[in-house]
Amino acid sequence: MRLHLEKRPQPSRRWTDLSPLLAVVITMLAGGALFALLGKNPVEAISTIFWEPLFGEFAFYYRPQLLIKGAPLILIAIGLSLGFRAGVWNIGAEGQYIVGALSGAGVALAFYPLDAWVVFPLMIMAGALGGWAWGMIPALLKLRFGTNEILVSLMLVYVAEQLLAAMALGPMKNPDGMGFPGSRNLQEYPAAHNADLIAASGLHWGVVAATVAVILAYILLGRHVLGYQIRLSGEAPRAARFAGVNPGRLILFCLGASGALAGLAGMFEISGPAGQVSIDFNVGYGFTAIIVAFLGRLHPVGIALAGLLMALTYIGGEIAQGNLGLPAAAIQMFQGMLLFFLLAVDVLTNYRLRLAPRPETA
Amino acid sequence: MDLGSINPILLLASIMAASTPILLAAIGELVVERAGVLNLGVEGMMITGAICGFAVAVGTGSPATGFVAGAAGGAVLSLLFALLTQVALANHVASGLALTLFGLGLSALLGQGYVGVKPPPTARLDIPVLGDIPVLGPILFSHDLMVYVALALVAVVWAMLKYSRAGLILRAVGENHDAAHALGYKVVRVRVLAIAFGGACAGLGGAYLSLVRVPQWTEGMTAGAGWIALALVVFASWKAGRVLLGAWLFGGVSVLQLNLQAAGVAIPVEYLSMSPYLITIVVLVIMSADKSRAPASLGRIFHASQ
Repeated sequence: MRLHLEKRPQPSRRWTDLSPLLAVVITMLAGGALFALLGKNPVEAISTIFWEPLFGEFAFYYRPQLLIKGAPLILIAIGLSLGFRAGVWNIGAEGQYIVGALSGAGVALAFYPLDAWVVFPLMIMAGALGGWAWGMIPALLKLRFGTNEILVSLMLVYVAEQLLAAMALGPMKNPDGMGFPGSRNLQEYPAAHNADLIAASGLHWGVVAATVAVILAYILLGRHVLGYQIRLSGEAPRAARFAGVNPGRLILFCLGASGALAGLAGMFEISGPAGQVSIDFNVGYGFTAIIVAFLGRLHPVGIALAGLLMALTYIGGEIAQGNLGLPAAAIQMFQGMLLFFLLAVDVLTNYRLRLAPRPETA
Repeated sequence: MDLGSINPILLLASIMAASTPILLAAIGELVVERAGVLNLGVEGMMITGAICGFAVAVGTGSPATGFVAGAAGGAVLSLLFALLTQVALANHVASGLALTLFGLGLSALLGQGYVGVKPPPTARLDIPVLGDIPVLGPILFSHDLMVYVALALVAVVWAMLKYSRAGLILRAVGENHDAAHALGYKVVRVRVLAIAFGGACAGLGGAYLSLVRVPQWTEGMTAGAGWIALALVVFASWKAGRVLLGAWLFGGVSVLQLNLQAAGVAIPVEYLSMSPYLITIVVLVIMSADKSRAPASLGRIFHASQ
């Protein structure tokens, strides 16, 4: 007898919902083993990451962080999920995030110190436009020349990082900063500050935008013909072509939308929690959002939950760093493991395990 | 600005060394893709190879052992990808991304104690007579062993794919896995071996970066070299010989921009540092007109129903 995979006629509904949960549980176990190897108490480490930020002694401080860290992840992942569903692989969200932040901050710095309500809406538009434009580069190249969007969008991340460094040290440097790198702090410029809407709640405009994005994506995928075309192109590209779906338009839409959302996330981050254009203001949300998108099953509601969970690992990871001396890299690896286990467990969605007699060898 | 300070002989010599890491990673990935597998985890395997090689070389004091460890590290990591794509039948693109994200975390964790440490120096082969030839000597014959290993590897891969039976089977698996399976070839076994070979090559390339090129350990030090290697395979139209040309081109661009930085050209350093990535995009655009050469089964999932 041997184990053997049998293709299901249809993907299993039950496993579609169960596999992310199972992956989280396995990751906790494997992560616990990893932390034990590093000489930490695994139970303490896991509970510090997942329990402390929500229900611990200082939860009043950490809970708002959940929104602050979750909003950009959800915003970016929603955009990515549209493309991933259609088979358009934008993995350069980090670059679009940076360029969106630079565009938004650029508008704010250009208007400084004008105190007018119009500054912030203009920043929002600039952020979305910057990210959109950065996402359009791989889209147009793919459309016109058939260039691989995975590689181009990724290369543009490194270009954007250099652009960020050039801006932080050059044109956007704070003229009153006594030579230190980094721009003016937007938190001290009221017209541009993306402040908490309710004091100390973590609820800033980025959270509002993420919520709207989840709702719009839900309607788009479930109710709108464009969403139908996206799903069709991913699941049955040939059928999509016969149905008259224009693949070029879809590529432009998916990369443009994900770029704009990533740009928005960057703009809300730099005008709020981060505050200023500095060399290392970006912390890899664009890459973590890929994990969020898959963990959320490319479904808007799933992504919202997955984004909050991933935000939890960031916050819990920071606490564990402070309290237990757990290295930051261990958290990064923990997040990577989550995607690994998810992909592995996912086999059960499309296949079922069967015990079969060994085939006769001829 | 002082362009006269750039010595053309030294420039050409350093291109040979600068192209070695991406050459190693790309030739490995070429074999993987010819077997029909798209492994986007090159960056993750490279950086894991970089830290494994570095740590072992520092620990044992022998760079040679370090290179072996780097290759082993990359290969072990690539087996995780093999497990996902060949056993659990997961999507190649997603699994490759997972491998890169995981590898970046793993390497940062392993490398904690090694920041600021100096690795044991890798000896240069001073080939007696050939190395003394003016101009050609320093350009071609005064490098460390790994430069020649990389070149030899390209030749071996080229010959294997073109002339050997093993190469033929590998190509058959990559072009049409169902037909290869029907002929009785072990599709999964061939692919797992190819993936492990690709991982070892990427690990070797990473170890060359941390032990010779830089030489020290910093987090995220591969800085996209793995992705450039992936682009190189497309650039080369999946042909071993053209990988070499591409690697020299990219090595040339990165060395040239470093030289321009050192010579104090009136362009901010950041814009010069963008150039290798921008050139990669330009080259990809030029080369993507020719799509016909990609292995037909590239990135498709194989499931033997019988």
